[in-house]
Amino acid sequence: MLHIVNKSATDRGSLESCLAMATKGSAVLLIEDAVYAATTGGAAAAKIQAAAADLKIYALGPDLAARGMAARVLDGVNVVDYAGFVDLVAEHKSCQSWL
Amino acid sequence: MQFGILVNEGPYSHQASDSAYLFARTALEKGYKVPRVFFYHDGVYNASRLATPPQDDRNVGARWSKLAADYGVDLVVCVAAAQRRGITDGVLGDNFRISGLGQLVEMGIQYDRLVTFGD
Amino acid sequence: MSDMDDMDDGSGIVKKFMFLNRKAPHGTVYALEGLEVVLITAAFDQDVSMVFTDDGVYQLLKGIDTKGIEVKDFSKTYRALDGYDIEKLYVDQASLDARGLAEDDLIVDVTVLSVDEMANLMAEQDVVISF
Repeated sequence: MLHIVNKSATDRGSLESCLAMATKGSAVLLIEDAVYAATTGGAAAAKIQAAAADLKIYALGPDLAARGMAARVLDGVNVVDYAGFVDLVAEHKSCQSWL
Repeated sequence: MQFGILVNEGPYSHQASDSAYLFARTALEKGYKVPRVFFYHDGVYNASRLATPPQDDRNVGARWSKLAADYGVDLVVCVAAAQRRGITDGVLGDNFRISGLGQLVEMGIQYDRLVTFGD
Repeated sequence: MSDMDDMDDGSGIVKKFMFLNRKAPHGTVYALEGLEVVLITAAFDQDVSMVFTDDGVYQLLKGIDTKGIEVKDFSKTYRALDGYDIEKLYVDQASLDARGLAEDDLIVDVTVLSVDEMANLMAEQDVVISF
């Protein structure tokens, strides 16, 4: 399954809930304000790096760039563009948005 | 492959409608089908033709109307959510139509994927 | 709530639909309008589960009284769900624990799941609608 999270981890519990419930081998895509979690120095950085052991973590490049975060992406996070977002949805049997 | 899209929020207040639009447009450009986009909760406000945003920024509602014109996407506004919020046939922008929640359920049944954009 | 278009799309396809409820009632509209979608879905003979996690568990609490805030009290509708053949209501144990709640505090019968059980349930769904 592809999990999509859109809110900042320091604003909402949705990323934490998602990471608790995503089964091993799932993909998690961070979009909109959730992309901050994929950056160095952030409160969620350790959680994301730990999660990357069992899950494939992606962040939407245009949302990182819009927030001035393109140069601060954590190792282990895969940056995708909208074409990559579309591909992720196509590749996974279903998707779930954590709002 | 057919993608359905659910938009739960109105224009400008949340990024949801922008994200949904860019996803839809990209999918269509890549040759996927996006037969319908369903607007629920405050998403119904995307359909109002009365919006006059500043010239130097995107016109969220008009962009959806153009996507529908270019690719034949069915833009459906939920009647119950629309009635609550004063979105009537008289204020709909081009290519939006008002219909029931059953249209959303059908998307889930008939399409290959359904992506929710919201708050 | 009579939004009834053609019921049953006639295709014979049955998918696993999950409705994900993570928000408290009344502070936002998602609990109420989310319920409305579920009621419509009932007519389409799909395999429907409603999941309540995080603040969504608050939607099911007993003792709701909305008179003072002058909004519609829709809490009884949860009890009407089984009349629509929507019987699979799942609540996450960890979300109850984090809020000092127990199964007895809820107005309807639910199945309480552990994190792993909930994760596996989500992973099996065909369609997930989030509010």
